[in-house]
Amino acid sequence: MARRVRLWRTCLNNRGTAATVLDHLLPINVSTFGGDIDHVFWLIFWIVGLWFIAAECILLYSVMRHRRKAGAVAAFWRGDTPRQLAWVLIPAFVVLCLDLGIDYAGASVWERVKGNAPASNIVVRVTAKQFNWIFTYPGPDNKFGTADDVTSENDMHVPVGKVVHLELESPDVIHSFFVPNLRLKQDVVPGRTIRAWFEATKAGTYEIACSELCGFGHYSMQGNVIVQNQAAYAAWVRETWPRSTAASSSASSKN
Amino acid sequence: MGAAQVRDSHEQPAGFIRRYVFSTDHKVIAKQYLLLSLAMALVGGFTAYLIRWQLAWPETDIPGWGPIGPDNFNAIVTMHGTVMVFFVAMPFLLGAFGNFLIPLMIGARDMAFPRLNLMSFWTLFTASVVLTVSMFVPGGPAAAGWTSYAPLSDNYIYTGVTWGQDLWILAVALEFASFLMGGINFLTTTLNLRAPGMTLFRLPLLVWMEITAAVVFLLSVGPLIAGALMLLMDRKLGTSFFRPDGGGDPLLWEHLFWFFGHPEVYVVALPGFGIMLEVIPVFARKPIFGYRAMIWSTIAAGLLSFVVWAHHMFVSGMDPRLATSFSVTTILISVPFAIIVFAMIATVWRGSIDLATPMLFALGGLATFLIGGVTGIFVGSATTDIFLHGTYFVVAHFHYTLFPVTFFGGFAGIYYWYPKFFGRMMNETLGKIHFYLTLVCFNAVFIPLFLAGLQGNPRRIYEMSSYDFLKPVQPMHLIATIATIGLLLGQLPFVINFGYSLVRGKKAVANPWQANTLEWMTDSPPPHENFRTVPIVCRDPYEYSVPGASRDWIPQTEPEPAVLATAAAE
Repeated sequence: MARRVRLWRTCLNNRGTAATVLDHLLPINVSTFGGDIDHVFWLIFWIVGLWFIAAECILLYSVMRHRRKAGAVAAFWRGDTPRQLAWVLIPAFVVLCLDLGIDYAGASVWERVKGNAPASNIVVRVTAKQFNWIFTYPGPDNKFGTADDVTSENDMHVPVGKVVHLELESPDVIHSFFVPNLRLKQDVVPGRTIRAWFEATKAGTYEIACSELCGFGHYSMQGNVIVQNQAAYAAWVRETWPRSTAASSSASSKN
Repeated sequence: MGAAQVRDSHEQPAGFIRRYVFSTDHKVIAKQYLLLSLAMALVGGFTAYLIRWQLAWPETDIPGWGPIGPDNFNAIVTMHGTVMVFFVAMPFLLGAFGNFLIPLMIGARDMAFPRLNLMSFWTLFTASVVLTVSMFVPGGPAAAGWTSYAPLSDNYIYTGVTWGQDLWILAVALEFASFLMGGINFLTTTLNLRAPGMTLFRLPLLVWMEITAAVVFLLSVGPLIAGALMLLMDRKLGTSFFRPDGGGDPLLWEHLFWFFGHPEVYVVALPGFGIMLEVIPVFARKPIFGYRAMIWSTIAAGLLSFVVWAHHMFVSGMDPRLATSFSVTTILISVPFAIIVFAMIATVWRGSIDLATPMLFALGGLATFLIGGVTGIFVGSATTDIFLHGTYFVVAHFHYTLFPVTFFGGFAGIYYWYPKFFGRMMNETLGKIHFYLTLVCFNAVFIPLFLAGLQGNPRRIYEMSSYDFLKPVQPMHLIATIATIGLLLGQLPFVINFGYSLVRGKKAVANPWQANTLEWMTDSPPPHENFRTVPIVCRDPYEYSVPGASRDWIPQTEPEPAVLATAAAE
């Protein structure tokens, strides 16, 4: 008992405890639009959280307060007059208004994330296949399907603070490109090229998971987005990309 | 109305087979559905155990099963979903309760088409056999998830599954055919066989919810039966409905599946709500608050369920401009459900509440469903769904909607109507133990899984050690697994209670709960053809604690005082 009291006191004294728990409810966000998505999440969280607590409290209170007692008679309310029904319809109307508010807040963020992407000259082709992520860079000539394309398996290098365009393709089944820290998820559907984008705000390595069942190796389809600062990214490009600016320009002049 | 009431009364057939196996009696068929759904629930529960054990202790052999590989895991996940939705929830809530209660509650002697009813059950039985056989064929059972997205389900080269997937398609198609026939029967019976005086607005809410569910099912399942045939043709005849290399489109399957798949949620949810709505007024001794508002909300929810399906596809690659409109319709569904839930709470408010086992399950179901309802807003908003789609958040969300309606609602129904089904009362103490174990363990399974989902934990993951970001999530899976084992063991008091009460339970009187609806106006269990004389309905179904009445319940068959006075004067 004493221990329990102490526990409560610790909780009360740590005024930041609840806030800290909430801070860790979602993984750290490192994309420019992730904050907006989280904002909508917290908006919904507080709206439905309060409604939920209110409804449960009223229900629980009602059950405890109105347990059957000898001599007590239940109220006779059919709730069929407008006056009585208002007790249900007015809260339902408030729910409707809040719903529309959530829709409104969500729609503009959706438009930003999944609508037209901001311009960029960095494009990575993501090929999801059973059970790997293949990343293809256009190489120095900035064109896919040429000899200087660079591919890498499971690791995608991108610079921090730059918009990156993705072209998602699959040769076999549906996969889903999911980077929790970037708040980015997009299914990859065979037969079409689906575009997505992001801009990372912080250097680091962030895991990619496949989040659409794709066969027996689905669980192990892990990859990494390696977000690097400008210098490190430039160094990676220098080391791994063919150094053939001249070769590629002569190739393109031939065509 | 009426025509069937004057038809010749049929003698009950004498032979055992005609009477108990290939019976046309809706009450016998309802019990067959009940037994089938409870048997399939054992399969569903066992698969849940396998899944959870694997996720908590991936390196160990599963007691009672052995080691499990990633392909087995996908198959088990697929079977769990298929069995629970199509072979437990539907036969339990529609098959058993719908079949048993619709004729009794409307004052009919049987279903409108008794032989079609027999055929519905045996079609479902065949489907269950086909599904069970599919678990043991070479190549293994279907492993493409209960949603069977193409092309994973479309070509054996992607999963190695051959016969298993074909039989899965066949089993599911047979199940659809079974409930199509059942739904026609529900609707025809309710529209045509109501007792004199039973107007549509005197129907108990459960009947309204069952027929709304039947209509929603009838209108939504057609495209998916076509889809299932197309999938089978892709697999067997080399057509390319869903194969991109032949000009097909994988997203077509998603559209067809979810055009049915979302309304299906309401097909299950509405009857579950209907059961809670029958139980609550009886144990609160209060009329349903806003009876007509409930009916209109039910119909509105049924209609809205047809225009929300693409909320399962926000990140599927469909045109992103579609998302906002589907988001709006999806979130709008909260309005009719808010009306139903608020009216349920208003029904409880200032009642005279008896927390008997049926009431505990009904209130527990309502309280638990609320979590499923409010978390639906997170995944209904396209924006937050970008992050939450395909994670354990979704898993926890839909278990919080389907489990309360199917099991809390279903158990409330069993404890409440058991005396009518079997003529005996169930044990209250065991019932309460069962309730509290179920309530605590269920929440202990899925609250941690919400937290896992919020960390981005994808669902249908066999083993997560390759991901660093999932390391902190492992304890959540441990808690969920221990709670799952508790939840399964917590069903033992029910099994014991069910079996023991069949032989040793106290004999039930006709109306043990002092309820008003027609099924309580006949013997427990009801005789062949249900009623000795056709009941005449004079009242609304929920007249409890009417001021000035001699007792706190007035059966639907009791004439209004004015009618009584006229009758006396004559």
